[in-house]
Amino acid sequence: MSNLKLGELVKTYGQTEVLHSIDLGIQDGEFVVLVGPSGCGKSTTLRLIAGLEEITSGTIEIGGRVVNNLEPKDRDIAMVFQNYAIYPHMTVRKNIGFGLRSARMSRADKNKRIDEIADILGMTDLLERRPNQLSGGQRQRVAIGRAMVRDPAVFLFDEPLSNLDAQLRTQMRLEIKKLHQRVGATIVFVTHDQVEAMTMADRIVIMKDGYIQQVGTPSEVYHSPANTFVASFIGSPAMNMIPATIVDGQIHIEGGSIIELKTSISGERKVTLGIRPEDLEPTDGPALIRGSVNVREPLGHETLIHVGTVHGDIIAKADGRTPPELGGCVNLRAQAQNIHIFDPENGAALR
Amino acid sequence: MVAADENQAPPNKRFSNRVAKRRVSMGQYIRWSVLFLGGILMVMPIIYMLSTSLKWPHEIYDVSLIPKEPHLENYVYVLEDGRFYGWFTNSLIIALITTLSNVLFDSLVGYTLCKFRFPGRYIVFIAILSTLMIPTEMLVIPWYLMSQSFGWLDTHWGIMFPGLMTAFGTFLMKQFFETVPDDFIEAARIDGLNELQIWWTVAMPLVKPALAALAIFVFLGNWTAFIWPLIVTNSWDMYTLPVGLSTFADEADVAWELVMTGAAISTIPTLVVFLIFQRFIIRGVVMAGLKG
Ligand SMILES: Nc1ncnc2c1ncn2[C@@H]1O[C@H](COP(=O)(O)OP(=O)(O)OP(=O)(O)O)[C@@H](O)[C@H]1O
Ligand SMILES: [Mg+2]
Repeated sequence: MSNLKLGELVKTYGQTEVLHSIDLGIQDGEFVVLVGPSGCGKSTTLRLIAGLEEITSGTIEIGGRVVNNLEPKDRDIAMVFQNYAIYPHMTVRKNIGFGLRSARMSRADKNKRIDEIADILGMTDLLERRPNQLSGGQRQRVAIGRAMVRDPAVFLFDEPLSNLDAQLRTQMRLEIKKLHQRVGATIVFVTHDQVEAMTMADRIVIMKDGYIQQVGTPSEVYHSPANTFVASFIGSPAMNMIPATIVDGQIHIEGGSIIELKTSISGERKVTLGIRPEDLEPTDGPALIRGSVNVREPLGHETLIHVGTVHGDIIAKADGRTPPELGGCVNLRAQAQNIHIFDPENGAALR
Repeated sequence: MVAADENQAPPNKRFSNRVAKRRVSMGQYIRWSVLFLGGILMVMPIIYMLSTSLKWPHEIYDVSLIPKEPHLENYVYVLEDGRFYGWFTNSLIIALITTLSNVLFDSLVGYTLCKFRFPGRYIVFIAILSTLMIPTEMLVIPWYLMSQSFGWLDTHWGIMFPGLMTAFGTFLMKQFFETVPDDFIEAARIDGLNELQIWWTVAMPLVKPALAALAIFVFLGNWTAFIWPLIVTNSWDMYTLPVGLSTFADEADVAWELVMTGAAISTIPTLVVFLIFQRFIIRGVVMAGLKG
């Protein structure tokens, strides 16, 4: 059993509270990604789990055991750092075997284990090299190997791919995911890249300013964002936000038409509508909102158009072959079920 | 390793070709001339020392660099004089132990000040730094009184104890440990090493160039130290080499040729130490350059 439970976790540095009562349960074998803008407390959360920082209050359980007061080495975790943290003065073999130093194993057993890991990572030929003779991706693999060698209950990754170029990042993303399927360990992975989060995670935890905004599967956070922050953070280009008024189940948009909507909101109230660019397209019929095309971004199979409206620029998707003319006027429409409704005051989802 | 060496060879060759083809400009002549003069200024005393050690006593006030009748009698005399070996051994013991002690303890304290956050850390650091501002001459009297009351006068320990740790070395090591990323240390902590093991297996190998520089400084400093060993020792068999050599000058007439001979012999260990550790320094620089 290697589940992980954070209960009302609080961390303060001096006077500043940087994590506010974080509650999170992670199942055995789950791949959870913490994502959020810079400074939101992702690394801090990870370091608390690892035991590199002392928690201010709350509990951390690993495998059903409260580890608050345990040293990092006794927590049965391994961590992979952003800049790899592999030692330049040791060979790859020594680096991978580093975690076994204090293990009670014979030298032969240790070597066997190192060879096994090297085989999984496809690094058998590189074992006698030094880190400065490796490429960035290979170094990252050594760091992962070093984490794997002790067979820990929980793997912690802190932005392990951010030093790699785009192509390598995509490749390593896939490799880590495969590795997870193969080893079946519990993984907590930190990134600020929402694409990484969407593609790798079983569940995503979206954080902002030390608060958890939403926890859910990639599909959940994409299709039913809990608030405007999650809505604009997940998905690229970001979701369009349009102010509107709801009157008795009908949406009124300034500079657009009135749309019927199934909603429990009664009476009249101001709302913010969220519509993803891919759910918004030109139409000949009645418009949700209309404006003139300012910019076209051809992507091949489709074209993104930036439409200047009374509510500012809005991004929509148009056909790749016959996009609307630059400067021309377009009517944009969206399916009612693809329209998200948020409270304009606190940003919370309303439907 | 072999593959890497092969890879490195061609760029070096190309580089030297390029240097060879480059035209030598006026500015370069001037620069080289200045360097050459500087070099001569530095080497002169050494050449003079060697030359004097080959002269007969009646020649020593002759400024000529080339002895009229060069001979090795001075070397024979100094080496056959039983006292020389004792002084040499004293100096060697003291310089080696002090060097070892500085490398260990300066780096332990420097590491602690650099990588641990504890109350009073800043004050300790300032206190250590401030001792750098007190000249040795001022410390000699307290040292002497201390040695006297502890009965350390005229012992090896008495000669060594003030230099076993230095503020400069601590400061140097602290600055170098700043270059060791915290991630390295935290990764080792997670892998189950205790703090002392982390210092020894992770941090120390990464600051080898600094350790080598420190070792050279400390060894040379102690090998050539004069004032304190002179004050703390009384009997000639406790003298260090510089103190002992100065006794050749004790009598009415200074036997410069013997002093210079002793000095010439005493440069040998410093050369050895320098040659050994200098390679570390150069390799360290190269390694740091390759680390992507
Ligand atoms: N040692 C520290 N002392 C004081 N404040 C700190 C310390 N470490 C982190 N913080 C603060 O805690 C907050 C969260 O930092 P953290 O490193 O967890 O952010 P992050 O989400 O990992 O950001 P990034 O994506 O940039 O890595 C930040 O506001 C940061 O300034
Ligand atoms: Mg971070």
